[in-house]
Amino acid sequence: MAAVQVIRSEWTKIRSVASTVWTLSLAVVVTLALGMLISALTRSQYGGMPLRERLSFDPTVISFAGMTLGQLAMIVFGVLVVSNEYSTGMIRVSLAAVPQRGTFLFSKIAVAGALALVVGMVTSFAAFFLGQAMLGSLGTRIGDPGVLRAVVGGGLYMTLIALFSMGVAAMLRSPMLSLGILMPFFFLISNILGNVDATKRIGRFLPDQAGSRIMQVVPRFGDDTPYGPWGGLGIMALWVIAALAGGYALLKRRDAQ
Amino acid sequence: MIELEGLTKRYGDTVAVDRLTFTVRPGVVTGFLGPNGAGKSTTMRMILGLDHPTAGDVRIDGRHYDRLKDPLTYIGALLDAKAVHGGRSAYNHLLCLAQSNGIPERRVAEVLDTVGLTSVARKKAKGFSLGMGQRLGIAGALLGDPRILMFDEPVNGLDPEGIHWIRTLMKSLAAQGRTVFVSSHLMSEMALTAEHLVVIGQGRLLADTSMADFIRQNSRSYVRIRSPQRERLLDVLHEAGITAVQAGGGALEVEGDKAERIGELAARSGFVLHELSPRQASLEEAFMRLTADAVEYHAHSRPDPAPQDWGAGWKGA
Repeated sequence: MAAVQVIRSEWTKIRSVASTVWTLSLAVVVTLALGMLISALTRSQYGGMPLRERLSFDPTVISFAGMTLGQLAMIVFGVLVVSNEYSTGMIRVSLAAVPQRGTFLFSKIAVAGALALVVGMVTSFAAFFLGQAMLGSLGTRIGDPGVLRAVVGGGLYMTLIALFSMGVAAMLRSPMLSLGILMPFFFLISNILGNVDATKRIGRFLPDQAGSRIMQVVPRFGDDTPYGPWGGLGIMALWVIAALAGGYALLKRRDAQ
Repeated sequence: MIELEGLTKRYGDTVAVDRLTFTVRPGVVTGFLGPNGAGKSTTMRMILGLDHPTAGDVRIDGRHYDRLKDPLTYIGALLDAKAVHGGRSAYNHLLCLAQSNGIPERRVAEVLDTVGLTSVARKKAKGFSLGMGQRLGIAGALLGDPRILMFDEPVNGLDPEGIHWIRTLMKSLAAQGRTVFVSSHLMSEMALTAEHLVVIGQGRLLADTSMADFIRQNSRSYVRIRSPQRERLLDVLHEAGITAVQAGGGALEVEGDKAERIGELAARSGFVLHELSPRQASLEEAFMRLTADAVEYHAHSRPDPAPQDWGAGWKGA
């Protein structure tokens, strides 16, 4: 079984269903629109900000503000790519065609991950430039120190969020269960854990908290995060590897249904 | 060729498939018969490597399924017609299967034509009727032009036209020299299409025989006789060397096709006959007897005989 054949097959699968188009376009539109809106609001309210906030003002992060919502569409994309196989019963046809389950899963993840990377990068760069345009004189430039890293990191962050969701969906199989866990977790629970003092120490090692560190250019006031931008992204990558390994182990062991 | 050896599947305490050993030989339609819940689908899923056997082994042309290079070119299967992403078109569904096994894209159009779905090739599968879904599943099985084809209850829920189409297709596939392994819970269906028969009940092998043998041993023909002069008629039959047994309702039954001879004997002796009817036990009845044994066995949970004993007991009957 040549992996190239399976990758081609998975590309046909992913491009021939409507959910791919609507989840990814939603991710782009929401991230850009919300990023522009918040950038514009920030510009108009900058004058009233306390000095402390002005000192740690990070125009790059502001332009990525839409990602908190846009990542949810990425999660839906990642979950549906994998769990569609189970909810439709297609998994039995797929595994009869490709009985090497590792080749099957990782070809699927390679194709979906590559697509998420392209969309994530385009979104991240567009969000940055549109956001800076809205910020006007408060904005930064791509050539400033750390800014390009943050923008590339934003694209990587969106890709890793999608990959993490694919791993979770491979473990849980059901789209409703996967979304029911991932959406509230990334939208609410992780934020709460990361901002409440009692849970902060653990919360900042969660995948999204750690991974989003790479999008920061100006350190927050009094920041004592024990890892740097790439360290944070590395922690997120470890979460992704764990989720995918778990998904693979279960796929390998379970009966196909 | 599909070879099963002691194939077993347990779910907790439930034994779905119990030490199945048989071989599906090339060039004939082999019917896989058993009541609903007998373990037919589970067995087929294990053949395709979808379910892991608890014990035992199954090989396709001597190899495990996951060792086959491009398995769709060895064995094509239709397990569940609804196992399709409803949002994908029939064409793309078949295309992704073809690409995964290095099958040229022109085969997609060919098999769509074979199953008569060319006109709806670009339509989403969720709009398909059960019959169309079945045809799409069969197109997927034919895609790799495999030597072995496996269909799980292919006529279930189809209209008469669809049933006729599938019967004709299976016969033509076997006539091309392919191995066809098809499951059903209807004996009458198998009698029309299968040359060889594997019968299971409660996951156990009950019979592994040619259809001709099965018919010979099971389609018992007999003559039913009713007469007011029964005792004297019995004597006359006995003198003529014909064994008659008492049946229900004061009737007599004579094995074999002897209605004419009995009628002549009765006329010569001047007996009145109220009934003299040649009869035949149906294959469906034979199948019910066979599988009812398995159910009965299970319910009474008698001591554990080897699975072959069931076939042997039935063959002697």
